[in-house]
Amino acid sequence: MRRFSWFNATSLTLGFLFLYFPMVILVIYSFNASKLVTVWGGFSVKWYGELFHDQAFLDAAWVTLRVALAASTLATILGTMAAYVMVRAGRFTGRTLFSGMIYAPLVMPDVITGLSLLLLFIAVGLDRGITTVVLAHTTFAMCYVSVVVSARLVSFDRSLEEAALDLGCSPWDAFRSVTLPIIAPAVISGWLLAFTLSLDDLVIASFTTGPSSTTLPIKIWSAVRLGVNPEINALSTIMISIVTVGVITTSILSKRNAVQRMRDEQKAQQA
Amino acid sequence: MANPAKKTVFAPWDDTNEKPLITFEGVTKKFGSFVAIDDLNLQIYTREFFALLGPSGCGKTTLMRMLAGFETPTQGRITLAGQDIGPVPPNKRPVNMMFQSYALFPHLTVWDNIAFGLRRSDMPRDQIPARVEEMLRLTRMEKFAQRKPHQISGGQRQRVALARSLAKAPKLLLLDEPLGALDKKLRHDTQFELMDIQEKTGTTFVIVTHDQEEAMTVASRVAVMNQGKVVQVSTPDRIYETPATAYVADFIGEVNLVEGVASPNPAGGYAIAWAEGQAPIVSACDKSIAQGARVSFAIRPEKVRITPDRPEGAQNAMQGKVHDIAYLGNISTYHVLLPTGQIIKAQTANSRRVENREFTWEDDVWLSFTDTAGVVLTE
Repeated sequence: MRRFSWFNATSLTLGFLFLYFPMVILVIYSFNASKLVTVWGGFSVKWYGELFHDQAFLDAAWVTLRVALAASTLATILGTMAAYVMVRAGRFTGRTLFSGMIYAPLVMPDVITGLSLLLLFIAVGLDRGITTVVLAHTTFAMCYVSVVVSARLVSFDRSLEEAALDLGCSPWDAFRSVTLPIIAPAVISGWLLAFTLSLDDLVIASFTTGPSSTTLPIKIWSAVRLGVNPEINALSTIMISIVTVGVITTSILSKRNAVQRMRDEQKAQQA
Repeated sequence: MANPAKKTVFAPWDDTNEKPLITFEGVTKKFGSFVAIDDLNLQIYTREFFALLGPSGCGKTTLMRMLAGFETPTQGRITLAGQDIGPVPPNKRPVNMMFQSYALFPHLTVWDNIAFGLRRSDMPRDQIPARVEEMLRLTRMEKFAQRKPHQISGGQRQRVALARSLAKAPKLLLLDEPLGALDKKLRHDTQFELMDIQEKTGTTFVIVTHDQEEAMTVASRVAVMNQGKVVQVSTPDRIYETPATAYVADFIGEVNLVEGVASPNPAGGYAIAWAEGQAPIVSACDKSIAQGARVSFAIRPEKVRITPDRPEGAQNAMQGKVHDIAYLGNISTYHVLLPTGQIIKAQTANSRRVENREFTWEDDVWLSFTDTAGVVLTE
């Protein structure tokens, strides 16, 4: 056992306060009856009710959801393909360049990505709207997917694929019936990552969106510029709860899987 | 049926009418500038249990992967049942492989693993369950059909891998270090099980191994490989008794190698002068060796007798001192230091209790062997 240390306790408390205090404030004030954000006027859930009657917010949420679904799915397909090539194709001319180019968007400032995509869409004459946001999000999310999936593919036992070929699979069949099911957890986490990134992206979306396709972050941002209203607090609280439930569920599930697997393996050794 | 008492010996390699199942014709495989297989010729016959034996990096795995279709020869031709299989992709070959890591599909049950290949063959759907059951019975895995690979033990995984690769009834089964991951005792049991299954199914087996004991136990013929070349192909007993080169003699089991100069005896055989002041070694070798050729005389430790006095009428005898004793329980190996500074190993069965043995460290002993006990190697 480590000894209790005031230094450790203080830094831990400060760290957690720094991370979570703002969110706690936000959640508390979402139940504020008063319209003034900074003055407590008693407990109420009326802002949640109003939120669900605000058509503009609902529309923005719907747009965001559609964009995130489409972009994360496209990014997952492209990112998985890229990862597969990077890990499997061995050495080919331009491999280093190619892999560098896949990972470059990770460090590229969003403003640059957004601006360059905007210029591209104008140049090719693509009307800005949902399509352009989806394309932009796919572009920057696919590199995250490719990082997650290639990490899994590196540790993937190639003889599994060879065994599939050996047992009569065509290369595509081997990928579909052996590789994909085994790397599925990584592909799914890549998809979730892309989905979250797309959900909360403000910068790139505001560069590439059109008038008819305001996403939720853009809507919140523009609403806040006119003053924070309690509806936003309510909306944010809902988003925080969804994320929290999601994170807790996945960690419980994966923990349970790991424990189950360990038990199975122990049993198998004894059998 | 003229002579029913005569047991037919399985030796298709000696039968000139027999067509080999697999032939390698001048096969070379290069990885960049590295030559993995060097102009190799080899014939493997139907129903053989053929072992490729060699140290790691000798090219045995490359050879096997060429048979499976995962590598293509840089030069030369490989034929399977008369057909050139060079351009045939792995999934179209009547060949299955059992991988060293077993490569069981972790997301499928034992049953589905075995059925995997059958579902991709032209076998009618309704016959698949029967075939899977048959394979489960053959490998005694019926009780575990619904388990996933991580829910069974290492030995059971090995059996599932075998069942899966045998399910499609391949013309040829390749086994890549199939028992490498098992512990020693299980490995011995499994070796006999493998031989049993090979006999039952009548499939041609090619096994890759670096374990000489394993190769000797299971195989009908062994190919000893070194640096991309086959050094010797023969039955285990021929490989052991009459190794073609000093490399083979040294690689398989223990051996004493004595270098010397051979000169033919008038009565047949050779006398090998190996040291000043020592009587030449007499060997009844029927190879033709030029007068004065440099040779190695190879003799197995268990063929060297060790006695306290010079035995009467021994064809070869030399005196030395016991330098070291390796006690292995059932046998002991005596390292005997000769006056010339060489050490000769002699092995005897420990038929008496260890405290009653005739000699111990630093004792003067005599080593003797007959003229047929050793072999003369020219390389």
